[in-house]
Amino acid sequence: MNKILIITVRELKVFFDSLMAYIMLLAFLGFSGFFTWLFGSDIFFVGQASLTTFFAIAFWTLFFFIPALTMRMLAEEKKTGTLEILLTMPVTNWEIVLGKFFSVLAVIAFALLLTLPYYFSVSSLGHIDHGSVWCGYLALLMLSAFYISIGIFASSISNNQIIGFLLTLLIGIFFHFIFEALAGGSSGLLGHILSYLSVASHFQSMARGVIDSKDIIYFLSFIWLGLFMSQKQLKY
Amino acid sequence: MNILVEHLTKIYGTQPAVDDISFEVRTGEILGFLGPNGAGKTTTMKAITTFLEPSGGEIKVGDFSIHTQPQEIRKNIGYLPENNPLYNEMPVVDYLYFAGAMHELPKDKINERIIHMISICGLEGEKHKKISELSKGYKQRVGLAQALIHDPAVLILDEPTSGLDPNQIIEIRDLIRRIGKKKTVILSSHILAEVEATCDRILIINKGKIVADGTADELRKKSKGNEIINVTIEDGDKNTIFEALKSLETVGLVDFIDHKENAFEIQSLPELSSRRNVFNLCISRGWVLTEMKVTEAKLEDVFRELTIS
Repeated sequence: MNKILIITVRELKVFFDSLMAYIMLLAFLGFSGFFTWLFGSDIFFVGQASLTTFFAIAFWTLFFFIPALTMRMLAEEKKTGTLEILLTMPVTNWEIVLGKFFSVLAVIAFALLLTLPYYFSVSSLGHIDHGSVWCGYLALLMLSAFYISIGIFASSISNNQIIGFLLTLLIGIFFHFIFEALAGGSSGLLGHILSYLSVASHFQSMARGVIDSKDIIYFLSFIWLGLFMSQKQLKY
Repeated sequence: MNILVEHLTKIYGTQPAVDDISFEVRTGEILGFLGPNGAGKTTTMKAITTFLEPSGGEIKVGDFSIHTQPQEIRKNIGYLPENNPLYNEMPVVDYLYFAGAMHELPKDKINERIIHMISICGLEGEKHKKISELSKGYKQRVGLAQALIHDPAVLILDEPTSGLDPNQIIEIRDLIRRIGKKKTVILSSHILAEVEATCDRILIINKGKIVADGTADELRKKSKGNEIINVTIEDGDKNTIFEALKSLETVGLVDFIDHKENAFEIQSLPELSSRRNVFNLCISRGWVLTEMKVTEAKLEDVFRELTIS
């Protein structure tokens, strides 16, 4: 457990030591803020004190933001050869992968923390359902963890960061809407399976404030699968 | 901690990189791993550090097997990989702290070790710089400090002096020799002088097989034993001297040395020495012997002989 923390802390130090970190955070807040407050069917359009607009937008921004964070996680270590140092230290593959996973999750949690002023502003505008807001944030964290584990797996298969980035988007896009679109055209068991695989329905029910064990199991099992395959990739 | 390698084989695709090799290294011994590029040095070292899983065979470090207790081996090994990969974006001190923490050093001990490493590796002036800002020589020292931070019983160094300038090479060699007295060290190199200067024992490996094993002296003796001397003889005609030398009964071959006047290279017959005969010849003919030098078989020659086939 201790070594997971050591790796996480190292990753965070390196991340916040680079200009990249601040550009990424600014981009995330910029995009989310712009579409939440200023553009299109923004938060005022709903006519209710609710953050659902923000959650729907963050659903998209995180989709692009996370691959940019995870792409270097293992690919860079493979490219520079530092993975060799890491894998000859007394540490297990799981500890390495989990250390990386939690470091990205911590960055996302930090980015989401910076959007809390949205919550405070909206709650001052009218009566807000506090429970559903926290559920929404939990849904965003779950969704992020889901993409992070895909991203780390994509980063583990080659030493090229761009491949890591694109592959995460490619896998992500299936869960994001291809499965859902296919489910619309299928019926019976196949339709059920496809719609179960789609991340949107699980996310939306959580973001609306319903915590169902079915959704939690969905997220946890895919997170586990992604990390499991990543740590398998570290074996030579 | 002894290292025992038994029937180690590693196959990439269909080609064996390491082909059924066995050897042992004892505590306090510095073993030099010598071989042309692609001979299997790095593969063997990676297998010992548990980074590579071999296709066959067994490696034991102390009592631990790479197959069943890789984590125990990792605790006891310090490793400097080829090309010295480092986390370039980290400051030296942070990197060493990370390495120490990963090796389970307690907090108070880590700082003590970092200070010690910085002083023995000569990183005093660079400790707060980012690794990417360091010169190659200093990076190499950081790599070495990383390998030594947890005071491992076994040290595996893959080309530890590559890319360093002559002064740095000597410093690093001294460091390795000093540290190596109490540890088991394997270092690889393709610089023969380096291995000869640093190592107690040399293992020459070619095309995945061990072709020689012994001290530098032993290896030299094993190669062609014929004595070779260089002489310069003055006050006589070049060709006359040449003929006279050739007629001595202990001499096998005589050759002119190109760029010098009246200089000859004489190769004696096996197990014989021509030095006395050459001297007596000069006296009897009234020539002046101004130079006589015995050329030792160079390790380079041994190496070439064993690895070119």
